[in-house]
Amino acid sequence: MKILVPVKRVVDYNIKVLVKSDGTGVETAGLKMSMNPFDEIAVEEAIRLREKGVATEVIAVSIGVQQAQDTLRTAMAMGADRSILVLSDESPEPLAVAKVLKALVEREKPDLVFLGKQAIDDDMNATGQMLAGLLGWGQGTFASKVEIADGRAEVSREIDGGTETVSLALPAIITADLRLNEPRYASLPNIMKAKKKPLETIQAADLGVDMTRRLTTVSVAEPATRKAGITVGSVAELVGKLRNEAKVI
Amino acid sequence: MTVLVLVETEAGQIRQASRSAITAATKLGDVHALVVGDAAGADEAAALTAKVPGVAKVLKAGADVLAHELAEPVADLIVSLAEGYSHIVAASTAVGKNILPRAAALLDVQPIPDVVGIVDADTFVRPIYAGNALATVKSSDAKKVLTVRATSFEPAPAEGGSAPVEAVNAAVQDTVSRFVSAQTPTSDRPELEAARVIVSGGRGLGSAENFNALLEPLADKLGAAIGASRVAVDSGYAPNDFQVGQTGKIVAPELYIAVGISGAIQHLAGMKDSKVIVAINKDAEAPILQVADYALVGDLFQIVPELTKDL
Ligand SMILES: Cc1cc2nc3c(=O)[nH]c(=O)nc-3n(C[C@H](O)[C@H](O)[C@H](O)COP(=O)(O)OP(=O)(O)OC[C@H]3O[C@@H](n4cnc5c(N)ncnc54)[C@H](O)[C@@H]3O)c2cc1C
Ligand SMILES: Nc1ncnc2c1ncn2[C@@H]1O[C@H](COP(=O)(O)O)[C@@H](O)[C@H]1O
Repeated sequence: MKILVPVKRVVDYNIKVLVKSDGTGVETAGLKMSMNPFDEIAVEEAIRLREKGVATEVIAVSIGVQQAQDTLRTAMAMGADRSILVLSDESPEPLAVAKVLKALVEREKPDLVFLGKQAIDDDMNATGQMLAGLLGWGQGTFASKVEIADGRAEVSREIDGGTETVSLALPAIITADLRLNEPRYASLPNIMKAKKKPLETIQAADLGVDMTRRLTTVSVAEPATRKAGITVGSVAELVGKLRNEAKVI
Repeated sequence: MTVLVLVETEAGQIRQASRSAITAATKLGDVHALVVGDAAGADEAAALTAKVPGVAKVLKAGADVLAHELAEPVADLIVSLAEGYSHIVAASTAVGKNILPRAAALLDVQPIPDVVGIVDADTFVRPIYAGNALATVKSSDAKKVLTVRATSFEPAPAEGGSAPVEAVNAAVQDTVSRFVSAQTPTSDRPELEAARVIVSGGRGLGSAENFNALLEPLADKLGAAIGASRVAVDSGYAPNDFQVGQTGKIVAPELYIAVGISGAIQHLAGMKDSKVIVAINKDAEAPILQVADYALVGDLFQIVPELTKDL
């Protein structure tokens, strides 16, 4: 069984981005870029499935600018077997990404596509669901546990009131939530080995996918900042403030 | 313009988040509310939803395959009903986020998740980068598919309206996915997203025992819901549905008390719109203090019991 893992190159999760002063976007130039944290979890889960003998091949794919190959090398250093870079603009929309992935699924014929639940830059939380829709496959989103058996995937999902388990016929789409696993660090020898693993580069247009954006960004603004608060000296003072000043208790 | 809103019910009530979605939808046009469930569930949900002021019509889809709000059949149902609607809306809940993007893809539409502001029929405001920026985006799609953040729209009242109910043909099949089970423990506490007060705990609590022993009495006193940071959830102090943040629940209560939480951007993303924030932390440099209205710097193991006693 083959697993396809889409990985996105995003601003590292530790960095607080700043809005550009002209309000056209956020400043990303010169910032540390990393693999989207949820995608690391997806890569890890796919590798574990291969290590357990459930999967035979793990293919990482990224859609974006040339530098996204660094993200793919990271995925291969973690253990992915090979990777595909589909060149496009920086941060294409989920609809376009889902269409590219659909084209790759038709070419590679994986039994499972394992995505992150959400990219931490656009915070869309949409691509996996959209790809599942386009393919007519079942979807197990926000997965915290995955078991593959008898041609089905049993997925425990994080929902608002707790957890839910669904069973999906393969092929299927799964999106990883935070608690699925703890991704491994790539060791130095594996980073060296990853440099020799195959990385194919193709143009989005060669897949016949229209990447035109449906959403135009009119402006980007800084959220309202909270006015500075105070440090209180004691519990009694806090209770007094909450009662008499804030009037919330 | 007519707007189709997917409404969720739970334990004999319309979810507050869905009532907020109805409020958002009324800003866009006439509201038709879609309720799904098995036959009995759909009947009950329809009766409840018909009473929400602002709902012009309730579409009721009852079928066994819809009982658990699985994305595959519900998205197909939405697509089958989509004609004639300018917008398709749901709350940004686990259900809304699971279903709407799938329906959008089937309609060849780029969805607009987590809307916090409506500028006009095509233009919406949504947070990006964990809420560190607010993007105003204009959609060129003929039909708009959006999920809305409950904290940004006042919930419509639960009572006062009397909309007609129309049964819709729910001839959708589910072949690829199957519901197996759900673990959704009930609690006497208010739902996190609907709570007026939230007491939230982080790594500083040190263990599940401490988490419960300190936060439960405080929450009891305040009639509060209990929340948690990711570390508290990952460490097993609290269940996953307690997590507040970029990838957990987005909350905006009147009062949010953060206990032993440092205030990482991913946590702040979920609670910084709370009306009043209290931080209890031993580290005077913790980032949570920068968003707190009232900070108490010290050992939570002393402060929390004392606070519980003084309230
Ligand atoms: C992709 C991604 C998504 C994430 N999503 C979320 C999310 O949705 N929600 C979320 O919360 N996090 C999220 N995180 C994690 C986030 O980055 C932080 O790691 C997490 O919020 C930290 O939790 P904490 O504040 O409990 O722990 P810490 O950062 O370790 O802070 C513990 C705090 O407790 C204080 N403390 C310790 N002992 C005491 C004491 N005795 N008395 C008083 N104070 C004490 C310390 O001073 C410290 O400030 C995400 C991370 C990633 C990568
Ligand atoms: N440009 C991209 N390249 C590769 N994978 C992507 C890309 N955009 C989104 N994804 C995948 O889709 C998931 C959800 O992203 P999003 O819907 O944008 O929040 C991510 O965690 C990735 O697995």
